[in-house]
Amino acid sequence: MSTLVFLEHHGDSIQKGALGVLTKAVSIDSDTAAVITGSGVSGLAAQAAQYGAAKVYIADDPQLEAPLPQPRVDVLSKLITEKGFDNVLFASSVLASDVAGGLSARLDAGLNWDLGDCETDGDGLLGKQAALDDSVIVDVGWTQGPKLALFRSGSFEPAESAGAGEVENVAVAIEDFSSKATLVGQDTEQAAGPSIEEADILVTGGRGLGDPSAFSLMEELASALGGAVASTRAVVDSGWYPYATQIGQTGKTVAPKLYIGAGVSGAIQHKVGMQSSQTIISINKDASAPIFEFSDLGIVGDLHEIVPKLTELVKARNA
Amino acid sequence: MKIAVCVKEVPDAGAERRIDPGTMRLDRSGDRALNAYDLNAVEEALSLKEAAGDGEVVLISMGKEKALDSMRKALAMGADRAVLVTDEAAAGSDLVATSHVLSKVIAKEEADLVLFGQQAADSAGAVLWAAVADRLQMPVVSQISELEVAGGKITARRQTENGYDRIEAPLPAVLAVADSLNEPRYPSLKGIMAAKKKPQDVLSLADVGADAGSAGSAGSRTTVKALADPPSSGDTIMIEDEGGSSAEKILEFLVERKFV
Ligand SMILES: Cc1cc2nc3c(=O)[nH]c(=O)nc-3n(C[C@H](O)[C@H](O)[C@H](O)COP(=O)(O)OP(=O)(O)OC[C@H]3O[C@@H](n4cnc5c(N)ncnc54)[C@H](O)[C@@H]3O)c2cc1C
Ligand SMILES: Nc1ncnc2c1ncn2[C@@H]1O[C@H](COP(=O)(O)O)[C@@H](O)[C@H]1O
Repeated sequence: MSTLVFLEHHGDSIQKGALGVLTKAVSIDSDTAAVITGSGVSGLAAQAAQYGAAKVYIADDPQLEAPLPQPRVDVLSKLITEKGFDNVLFASSVLASDVAGGLSARLDAGLNWDLGDCETDGDGLLGKQAALDDSVIVDVGWTQGPKLALFRSGSFEPAESAGAGEVENVAVAIEDFSSKATLVGQDTEQAAGPSIEEADILVTGGRGLGDPSAFSLMEELASALGGAVASTRAVVDSGWYPYATQIGQTGKTVAPKLYIGAGVSGAIQHKVGMQSSQTIISINKDASAPIFEFSDLGIVGDLHEIVPKLTELVKARNA
Repeated sequence: MKIAVCVKEVPDAGAERRIDPGTMRLDRSGDRALNAYDLNAVEEALSLKEAAGDGEVVLISMGKEKALDSMRKALAMGADRAVLVTDEAAAGSDLVATSHVLSKVIAKEEADLVLFGQQAADSAGAVLWAAVADRLQMPVVSQISELEVAGGKITARRQTENGYDRIEAPLPAVLAVADSLNEPRYPSLKGIMAAKKKPQDVLSLADVGADAGSAGSAGSRTTVKALADPPSSGDTIMIEDEGGSSAEKILEFLVERKFV
């Protein structure tokens, strides 16, 4: 068996989730290599070796500078075909998902996603998938190689173990259609105030607030409880609240003592960022909202009626 | 401008969802509805068409014949026509097989834009567009939270783990829109009446030139081997609120757990 792990980087570091997947791969397959794609990325090979990669493939080219999937599909499909890897593993991300999806079509290769774990079954790979909003764990397999797998963020903690880390440079040839999408800008809003990762109590507002001004309800409740305000992607994308307060797959991972969600549906990508909260209270007017599945206390009702009353009661009690 | 929108019928949000232990496939016998995330793609297609002043919005789906009932909701919103590929041999298609079939249909339509929702509520792969784009050899942009189409190209903003990217691509292109992009309109009564009369083509794999060996279980490269219950996440105490009546109960709960 041989395994390739796709290592995504941001700036000068390889993403933690990807190192976690590499750690797991090394633990089940001694013949594990890593691949890093980007521009000016040769220096990252040492990080891959630190986490156990026996071999590190480097595709270093200005055409791979932007975090876009299609040029990476071109590079990886050639590498996988040439070297004949049995398994190709990815830590789920916006980029990695699109790379894995493209590869599956290019290589006629099966892709299993939302895996929380994997093991070897005979001499092959078996994935553990959390399906249907985590209501069932499915053992998934592949009918043939290469076997592509996307692991949910936070599945594995990275652990160092020295690997030989022998570096091999990969030739880069990009298809015409793969270079048609281009990155023209990037922005990250800077965080103001205390980080939501440090708060013991988080009051999270979702699109159910209906209007950005309704975040004042969240702020008042948070201040009465001595907590901070957090948000979902839907409200951040709409410009209602800053990106720095977003919980979830493409936001922050939090584990407060108390999480209160109001107008939050509890989509899986939000859940992965807050499921370790000790106590979860949710207010949603839709009784079938997924968030109730993993709440300790679930209130079916209108947040606009409930939250102001709750704030008053908490204030009165504290007074 | 011609816009193809890929839509999927999924179990209704309120319906119980389960995998049939006999077939190891999703049990599709309960109430069904159009994947809510796809309504954002339909909405975007309709507003782009309206802004352009002309064009056509074509719904494309692979599924059971009954899926047409769900697709009619998007026709009622204003889409012009529906194409459904349905075939016994397509049952059990995974990503490889589904992308094969859909790309055959889309290629025939020669659309300027191919839109997807952000994920299917049942499979939640959020990967299908990338496979389809690769087969069509078109640029792909996913997770779009702002979109502009002008001068033969698209400009999109999308959120990643590191903030926001702004990406440009020439048409034709494959795009997947986030559910934050817009607020889908409700079908009007007039729209609902008109939907019944709009063209609704039901095609077989052969009709669209898809190869039966590349569809369904035969064309799939993944399998489901066993099912198990996840570790219990504990019980949820559920309270039905009336006019804010639950606030007292929440306070009691907070006091009991010493948060207040
Ligand atoms: C690759 C990828 C990455 C993603 N990353 C993230 C991420 O990091 N974080 C994240 O949050 N999401 C993420 N998402 C998006 C996620 O799938 C959901 O779209 C998002 O979490 C929805 O946000 P929401 O709960 O605020 O909105 P909705 O899903 O629209 O939910 C709003 C809820 O409010 C309820 N409601 C409405 N009015 C009221 C009222 N008056 N009182 C009470 N309840 C009310 C509704 O019933 C509904 O359940 C990601 C998606 C993808 C595909
Ligand atoms: N069977 C299907 N027919 C047409 N479109 C589909 C189908 N399955 C998924 N889609 C589209 O692909 C998107 C992503 O699906 P998925 O990758 O399964 O989460 C959905 O939002 C739909 O736009």
